[in-house]
Amino acid sequence: MPEILERRTIKHSTLATTTHVHAPEEVERGRLRTEEMVLNMGPQHPSTHGVLRLEVVLDGEIVVDVIPHIGYLHRCFEKHAEALTYPQIIPYVDRMDYISAMSGEHGYVTAVERMMNVEVPEKVEYIRVLFAELQRIASHLIAIGTYGLDAGAFTPFLYCLRDRESILEMFEKTCGARFLYNYMWVGGLSHDLHPDVLGMCRAFVKVNRETHTEVNNLLTFNHIFVERTANIGILDPLVAVNCGASGPMLRGCGVKWDIRKNDPYSIYDRFDFDVAVGSNDLGTLGDAFNRHWVRMLEWEQSLNIIEQILEQYPRNDMTDVQSAIPRRLKAPAGEIYSRTETPRGELGYYIVSRGDVKPWRVKVRSPAFSNLSILPLISRGYLIADLVVILGSIDIVLGEVDR
Amino acid sequence: MESGNILVTSTETLFNWARLSSLWQMSFGLACCAIEMFAASASHYDMMRFGVIPRPSPRQSDIIIVSGTVTLKMATRIKMLYEQMADPKYVISMGNCSNCGGPYWEHGYHVLKGVDRIIPVDVYIPGCPPRPEALLEGLMKLQEKVREQSFAKNEYA
Amino acid sequence: MSQHSIIERLRGKFGDAIGAWREMAEGSEYQRRMGSYLEILAPQSLLDICFFLRDESELQFDSLLLISSVDNADSTLSVVYHIESTILGNHLAFKVTLPADDAHLPSVTSVWAHANWHEREAWDMMGVHFDGHPDHRRILLDEDWPGHPLRKDFKEPAFYHGMKVPY
Ligand code: SF4
Repeated sequence: MPEILERRTIKHSTLATTTHVHAPEEVERGRLRTEEMVLNMGPQHPSTHGVLRLEVVLDGEIVVDVIPHIGYLHRCFEKHAEALTYPQIIPYVDRMDYISAMSGEHGYVTAVERMMNVEVPEKVEYIRVLFAELQRIASHLIAIGTYGLDAGAFTPFLYCLRDRESILEMFEKTCGARFLYNYMWVGGLSHDLHPDVLGMCRAFVKVNRETHTEVNNLLTFNHIFVERTANIGILDPLVAVNCGASGPMLRGCGVKWDIRKNDPYSIYDRFDFDVAVGSNDLGTLGDAFNRHWVRMLEWEQSLNIIEQILEQYPRNDMTDVQSAIPRRLKAPAGEIYSRTETPRGELGYYIVSRGDVKPWRVKVRSPAFSNLSILPLISRGYLIADLVVILGSIDIVLGEVDR
Repeated sequence: MESGNILVTSTETLFNWARLSSLWQMSFGLACCAIEMFAASASHYDMMRFGVIPRPSPRQSDIIIVSGTVTLKMATRIKMLYEQMADPKYVISMGNCSNCGGPYWEHGYHVLKGVDRIIPVDVYIPGCPPRPEALLEGLMKLQEKVREQSFAKNEYA
Repeated sequence: MSQHSIIERLRGKFGDAIGAWREMAEGSEYQRRMGSYLEILAPQSLLDICFFLRDESELQFDSLLLISSVDNADSTLSVVYHIESTILGNHLAFKVTLPADDAHLPSVTSVWAHANWHEREAWDMMGVHFDGHPDHRRILLDEDWPGHPLRKDFKEPAFYHGMKVPY
């Protein structure tokens, strides 16, 4: 067996198989070196998850280097932010990370509220966290489903999107939009929670737990899937921190870092949940499989949080969700860096205000941008067929990469 | 045939019927609208029942759904993809962005304000994003259009 | 280590290169912590400062959060670095101000690899040149794009590759 294939073979008889960590440089390319070839992938390649172009340098079938070219979806968010007032920016925030719009909004309104020192009613906080967590599940459902597609499995995709539709239904009932909501406003929400949603949510959690098991059985512990994803794209934790990885990418290599715990915002300190990290059980710590596995675990944790919200939710609280919205939205002169944990990682907003109704400068630290910049590091030395799997494990959203 | 059935039709009708029932789509997503396009082809809406099958290559596809914001960097690529498709080919412009620039019409220095500035469009679907139902409606509009095509008016090229 | 003692350490080591500590007076407690910044007066010693911040055992700023560039509209640009220690939990921001027509900074890619794309973005969007960057190209826009769009005096081109740009 060729050496590179041998390295990837793992035993399934025991769950606790630990294989050696092989840094990509370790893969030997010396003996049968051929002429290098440059292959262009994208920007409309079906498995680049949008308009990403990869310039792949190949030696035979082995990836020597990957050069990502981004910007095919550069929609000038930062320029728009300078030209619009604070509340007008929210729809553009939606469109930036369009797979998890609620999480993006949550980050943005938190940043502006922190700048203006706005106190938000408790009920609003509960609804926000509920929706942010539902959105996290919806986003992970897409990530996991399309990851299955990348690895050649079609069925989990259908299962995942089925459950995602139920989440979107709840959002739609509440605010009328399916997936770009403009729902969270600075200091409040656009609509109160629809009375049906809590009941729907309870039913959903029950169904979704079953889907979770189903997807685990169909995909995560599927022999073919494990073979495709384990032990490739290994990222070292120290390198990950230095390169600015966050979210499942960072936690997949065993670093327990979650903004919800490490720098709590909203009311996350009231809920009891674990920060999921990767392990050495199947595959190697920090490989593509572990990033998928962390997403599966986080999905479960989000369900736990939702259950706690359903218990704690102040049902008899009749506060108007718009009561705390400031009449004049003007941030005092100054600046802030505020961050939240979205499904993809640490989403930060750096806002500079000069005391106007419009921000002077908004810069977004988008997690997908930082995570994607690590792709060349983790794909060197693997086979070309693994490249798509490695890329899929990062879970990028091009709207957020390019902004 | 044993039962000896005969079907009489004109070539035109037959061709159009065949064409409109197997509009293979180039699987190609641009921005937020692409997610709605995925949703339309997944479990709830099941676009495949209209004969729309995603194909990875432009040379095998009949329609291109421009689903999302066309940036200037992407525009030349879209044009190239369109030119690679075999005739007859159809274009659905999905969402306000590809119709006219959408929310980015004013300050979007890097956004092409309407994909019809580079390729001809058959059906425009408004919305930001259009619901999957709207996409299906647009698809049916396109099917109607294909049904009406004729050799005489040279609409096949 | 509090932010103030970090700054004292920096002052002790680099002296005049370290400028004033700008504390956010209004706003929430969070803003005081995450919005205040340190001014760095000597761009040429930026690299040494960054290595010191990363490697000193009491500081250990191992993670760069982001690099942002701001056009101050008075023909100066500012570049802001947000860094954090995932080990000690500290956060620090520092700002360098440069003349807009000759904006040059040493690249910190060798300190934090994360800086790579952020510096390319600052060059693309704002026109800050990073000396010693391993791959100094535009990142989001094409190479032949005219100007740097996030500068306040940027005018969008009328045509780009034969395509009309304004609405
Ligand atoms: S029309 Fe709206 S949803 Fe569609 S791509 Fe444009 S901004 Fe996104």
